[in-house]
This record gives sequence, structure tokens and C-alpha cells, in this order.
Amino acid sequence: MSAQLSFRDVTLGYDRHPAVHHLNGEIAAGSLLAVVGPNGAGKSTLFRGIVGILKPLTGAIALGGLKPRDIAYLPQSVDIDRTFPISVFDFVGTGLWRTTGIFGGLGKKARAQIGQALAAVGLNGFENRNIGTLSGGQMQRMLFARVLLQDARVIVLDEPFNAIDTKTSADLIALVRHWHAEKRTVLAALHDMEMVRAHFPEALLLARGSVAWGPTQQVLTSDNLLEARRMCEAFDDGAGTCVVDATQSRAA
Amino acid sequence: MLYDALIAPFLEFEFMRRALAGVVALALGGAPIGVFLMLRRMSLVGDAMAHAILPGAAIGFLFSGLNLFAMTFGGLIAGFSVALLAGLVSRVTVIKEDASLAAFYLVSLAVGVTIVSMRGTNIDLLHVLFGNILALDDQTLLVIAFNATITLVVMAVIYRPLVIECVDPVFLRTVSRAGAPAHLAFLALVVVNLVNGFHALGTLLAVGLMILPAGIARFWSRDITGMMMISVASAMVSGYFGLVLSFQTKVPSGPAIILVAAVLYVFSVLFGNVSGLVRQLFPGRHLEA
Repeated sequence: MSAQLSFRDVTLGYDRHPAVHHLNGEIAAGSLLAVVGPNGAGKSTLFRGIVGILKPLTGAIALGGLKPRDIAYLPQSVDIDRTFPISVFDFVGTGLWRTTGIFGGLGKKARAQIGQALAAVGLNGFENRNIGTLSGGQMQRMLFARVLLQDARVIVLDEPFNAIDTKTSADLIALVRHWHAEKRTVLAALHDMEMVRAHFPEALLLARGSVAWGPTQQVLTSDNLLEARRMCEAFDDGAGTCVVDATQSRAA
Repeated sequence: MLYDALIAPFLEFEFMRRALAGVVALALGGAPIGVFLMLRRMSLVGDAMAHAILPGAAIGFLFSGLNLFAMTFGGLIAGFSVALLAGLVSRVTVIKEDASLAAFYLVSLAVGVTIVSMRGTNIDLLHVLFGNILALDDQTLLVIAFNATITLVVMAVIYRPLVIECVDPVFLRTVSRAGAPAHLAFLALVVVNLVNGFHALGTLLAVGLMILPAGIARFWSRDITGMMMISVASAMVSGYFGLVLSFQTKVPSGPAIILVAAVLYVFSVLFGNVSGLVRQLFPGRHLEA
């Protein structure tokens, strides 16, 4: 299978401090990949790099011919103004941006699509409610409905099941598996190892660099997890310039 | 009797008809802008910007007297410069955006008042500070109507990205590049409508017909379309009754309009459908589901 995403010596970070350090590798088209690792391992940073919000400090991320705007991205702490007076229907409808753009209207077909998406996440009957009236779990269902409508080849979910009850996460994971069956490439950052083992064939254990990457069973060993924890704690505020970078720039 | 109070002034006097037309145009353009200012928590930014446009308008005045185009043009330039400079200072230094904007608009206000007093009379100064909606000439009326039309057209164009940028800016960034241009266009509209209000209500009350109607609308509607309709309607009603009030009494027209809006606002705070105080005190029995 061809690579949908490939990372060539990718370093991403803030203020010159790397959060993802010299990552190399490929994600095949149609993969269902769990990205795991301790807090601060660089999972969110990696995702922000993939969707183009964050430019790599060095290296390059290739998207297999896609543009960053073709990727559906669900950030971890969604910066949504919940007091804004917009209905669930209109909010989910923004997922159709690629077909409607700035001016396009919502025709009969689009309205039906929005209805189907809401039904798929179990939010029928919520169309006219304001988004401020939703509970945390309903909010997450609504965000999944929007991702559904984006109809993207690549879907990036950053800790989508945080503070979500088992029933809701079971419903939403079914949706993720459905996307996998449709041959979409799905990446999800997760902390629940049981869920990863049960539903995700591949995993990437991240601790700024890649600790292990491959079939889930081989990645999630206790040795690897321990190693990941150790690497994440090795953070130094007064760190010098990265040696790898230095040798490369000398070579260049 | 009622006819004499409410309708006769407008039939009898041309300046009242002009004032009414001016107020209707102001309401159409300004009120929807006010709704977005309120929803983006930028109401006070609008107020600060209203003062910021003064030196530009004053320089226009200095060069060509009470010439409308010069004052509008100057006001636009001053408004944009203050917005950009304040943004720049807050971005590159430790000063936060609100403090930076406050510093710039205070300087602007002082510079503006100084320039007007240097050349003009006290009457001119009063005109600049409080506007004079009863003295709108043809030219002014056309500029106000033109600005209102531009506002509605541009709002229609940037409406969708503007709404999404308010609700979920990160999402908009991942699907489109329209966010930043929409935001800039919106700021431009704010300045255009402030200049508009400036001619009728003066620099101190220019935001009045934008912010108060938006506040009123918040108490009567839960969706943004409804809010915009109600804000436009209440701005028009305030304008009309404000003119009647100032015609029948000694209250100057600008403050009269804002006072009527204030009465509507207080009524809405008390009795509003959505989170009004009375509604909160006597919510009725809770529902079944």
C-alpha cells in the first residue's frame, strides 16, 4: 500500500524547544493508527504539524498529494465559544465547507446529509438546539458529526474520548471503525490502552521521538511504555543546540 | 393629539424627515455590526475606536471645514492606524491589547479635541463631540446611506466565515484561509459605521446605536438572525422616538435617541424573554424533560 503520510526527519516545537524530535516514518493509506504516549510526548504537536497549523522546525511532512485543508482535524481542547448563538444543525453544517465554501447554500441534498450525520452520532432531534445547551458527551458527538460531513481521506482525532462516558465512546469508536472500513486513514491520540488494543491494529508510541511503531501488540509492551515515560521526563530548559541539527548544518 | 406629537413634526419639517432617514440608514448598517461586536466581546473596543477616529476627522475638518468626505476619509485613516498600531504594540511588547488600545484612543481623543479647538469655534467642537443629526444635508445623508449599503453587502459576503470564526476559529483555519480577511473586513466595517454614527451622534455617542440595540436583541432572541432583526428594529424605534422626544422637549437629538434606546435596554434587562431578570425570578415550574 502507498504512503498517505510520510515524515522525513520531522522536528516540531515551540520557541526552538522540540516537542517532536527527528521523527521518521510512514503511515499507509487506509491505516487505523493509535498514537500513544505520556502527557507531553508530542502527540498534539505532531497532529498540529500534520494539519499545517504548526510548521516543522526541520524536516518535512508529505501528505501523499493531499492539502492540509483536505484533512479533518478534531483538536483536543476545542476552542469553541459555546455561548455563541448557533444551532446544532448550522454548526454541523459547517462540515460541508468544502462543497459550500463561503457562499454556497445548503440544498435539499446537503440538508439530508446533515440529518444523516446527526442520526449517525445519535443526535436526532437536537437540530434546533443551541450548541450551548449540549452536555460534554453530546458536544463530542456533534463534533464527530461534523468530521463525518467533512468526508476527508485523512482524519486526525486528538484525544477524542477524554472525559467521555463508555456508552458515548463505544458509539463513537464504532464510527471510527466504520471510517476504517471505508479505507480512510484515521489517526487518533489515545490514553486508554485497552481501547487501543481492542480496536487499533497499528500504534505509534511517541515520546518526542518514536519509541516503537508497528502492530499494536508489539508496540504496547511494558518495556516500551517504561522507556517512553523515561524519555519524556528528560526535559531540560537550558538545553543546548541539538547535536543532530548541528552536524547536519555543518555538513550542509 | 397623538398625530401632532408623532407624525406632524415629520410632515411639517424637512430637517426632521432627513434626520429620520439618517437614523434608519444608521440602524440598518450599525445594528448588525453591533451584534457581532457584542458576540465577539468587543463592545468596548467599538467604543475605544469611536474616540480613535476623532483626530482624523478633525484633520479633515482643519483642511476643509465641515466637509463630509474629508472628515470621513480622515476618520477612516485614523481608525485603521489606531487599530493597527495598537495591535502591533500588543504583539511585540508586554502590553496587552486592551491597555494598548486604551492608550492609543486616549491620545487620539486629546489630539482630536486640540485640533478642532485650534481652528474652530465651540459650536464646531460640540458638533464633533455630539454630532448633529438635525442638520444633515443631502451630501451627508448620501454618505450615510452609501456606508450602510456597503456594510450590508460586505456583511452578506463575509457572513459565514465571520460566524465560524467566532464559534470555532481553529476549525475555520483548518478548512479555509477566509478567517483573517473576514476579520479585517469586519474591523473595516466597524470603522465605517463609527464614522457614520459620528456625523449624526458625535464621537462620544457614535457606538450608541450599535451596542445598545445589540444588547437589547440579546434578551429577546436565541439565534443570530433573530438578534440582528431585533437590533435593527430597536435601533430604528429608538431613532424615531428619540427624534420625537428631542422635537417636543429641549433634549438634544443625539442624547435623546440614545436615551430612548437605554429605556428599551432597561426594559429588556428586566422583562427579556432570554435570561431577563423577571424571567429568572419567576421561572415557572420546571419541565418534565
